[in-house]
Amino acid sequence: MKPADFGPMTASANQMRHVLPATELPARAGIGLKPQHFREVLATRPDVGFFEVHAENYMVAGGPFHHFLGRIREHYPLSLHGVGMNIGGVEPPDEGHLARLALLIERYEPASFSEHLAWSSHGGVFYNDLLPLAYDRATLERVCRHIDCVQERLGRRMLLENPSTYVEFASSSMSEADFLSEVVRRSGCGLLLDVNNVHVSCVNHGRDAVAYIASLPLEAVGELHLAGFTRDTDAGGAPLLIDSHGAPVDAAVWGLFAGVVAKHGAMPTLLERDNNVPDLAVLVAEAQHAQSYLEIGSVPLREPRRALEHAP
Amino acid sequence: MIAQPLTVPSRLAASLLDPLLAGPDDLRAWNGSDPARRLAVHRNNVLSSLVDALADTFPVAQELVGEEFFRALAASFVRAAPPRTPILACYGAEFPAFVAEFPPAASVPYLADVARLEWLRVQSYHAADAAPVGPAVLERLSSCPGALGDLQLNLHPSVHSFSSSFAAVSVWSAHQGIGDLADIAIHADESALVLRQDLEVVVLPASAATIDFVDAVRRGERLDAALAAATARTADFDLVPLLAALLGRGAVCALELS
Repeated sequence: MKPADFGPMTASANQMRHVLPATELPARAGIGLKPQHFREVLATRPDVGFFEVHAENYMVAGGPFHHFLGRIREHYPLSLHGVGMNIGGVEPPDEGHLARLALLIERYEPASFSEHLAWSSHGGVFYNDLLPLAYDRATLERVCRHIDCVQERLGRRMLLENPSTYVEFASSSMSEADFLSEVVRRSGCGLLLDVNNVHVSCVNHGRDAVAYIASLPLEAVGELHLAGFTRDTDAGGAPLLIDSHGAPVDAAVWGLFAGVVAKHGAMPTLLERDNNVPDLAVLVAEAQHAQSYLEIGSVPLREPRRALEHAP
Repeated sequence: MIAQPLTVPSRLAASLLDPLLAGPDDLRAWNGSDPARRLAVHRNNVLSSLVDALADTFPVAQELVGEEFFRALAASFVRAAPPRTPILACYGAEFPAFVAEFPPAASVPYLADVARLEWLRVQSYHAADAAPVGPAVLERLSSCPGALGDLQLNLHPSVHSFSSSFAAVSVWSAHQGIGDLADIAIHADESALVLRQDLEVVVLPASAATIDFVDAVRRGERLDAALAAATARTADFDLVPLLAALLGRGAVCALELS
């Protein structure tokens, strides 16, 4: 697909693309902030590059969540990660949701705001899942409109995360990587490259993960995500990986991560764990493992180092 | 009139919570396998994550009926009343009322009230912050008792009142290790104040007169009117210890002369 097929970017997106960085997170490994770890984080100040929170968990009036996030924010950069903006939805972004998000951004001054190439609400119902889109021209235009709306309302660039998917659509007319590339080009948003999602989706759809990554505009990547998955099989007996955020990072995902870092240098990298959350020390150790890749790989190399393609 | 066929997103959305509705024909799998099995991943994500959210909000209700029953009950609720907001802390307001009307739960008639208490706890936990008035104000007040009745109290946003015609407060407390379930006479009126103190939500058993007083204050009535509401229930209602307790727990944010 030629980018010219879709016309010029809007002026506002163009301006943002050139004026504002998509992320100010440090090129280090960070972890998700969990309420059960609030006090321990403050007491022990683990050596991680940043914390990430789900924006919707903090869209409450007051209480302990704000108390602890405010104190932890005094010591760490923050990544604000949304799961409810419904970027891929049929309806435009909800003004009330945008207003709550703007309030959070004003209060906590996160170094990054990210959302997903997915939908989560339809007809006023919130499904609490990241649901898939047909990659066609109408969806592309809609997603770009929604991102324009978010970026203009927030006055900043956002990062858009590649999804983990289980089904495809007969009506899709372009690949996911081409779709994402075009969204980045038109809207000026950055990419959140979820390496686990790449692996999960590529296994689930019989694609080559390395080729998928190579076809994305990696200069637009502002953050990487690493997470774990669970294994299932589809109706034909083929492997079906499920993005569970409930397990340690898989060897294949560490390998892809090493390749990205070796080629493109150190980037802000989040260890995501939302289910079966272990002790803080376990999360910190996993982040430190990712950190060791970032430090070795921070000098960009032409070829990925072979030693880094293997799991720890 | 012929109904319009559902668009692909609408059909997909509708199929997520309706086990009898197939997904859109547009779904494909690269290997030609039946995409229904793949769509089931999303159906499971949607239902189980929302049931999990309800289990987080209503843990004692789950303990009372067991995990299997609770998850079936919660799944029925999710299908009947899915969230209309992406803020899951706000999901479940109608769950206690749904429980009360759920025929299989009729053998646990206090379940809905325990759920209502748990809902208030979550509201209290996330309620707006406000600086409380210190207990020292009580000494200043006692020096001018004549003005007391004209005062209006602004309660902390985390303060809620709870009343049940069952021993729902005792049941909830027993599940926190306070008291013994076996000793509870279930058919007894119970009330409690729910409020946030030092970042923790506390459930304070309270008399019906105290609830009358607090509800009157919350409605914006002056102290003399709130006191009248309480003494109408219990003639020897004693205001000063209650005021001291509310002030001591940071439940009062302002005292204003009306």
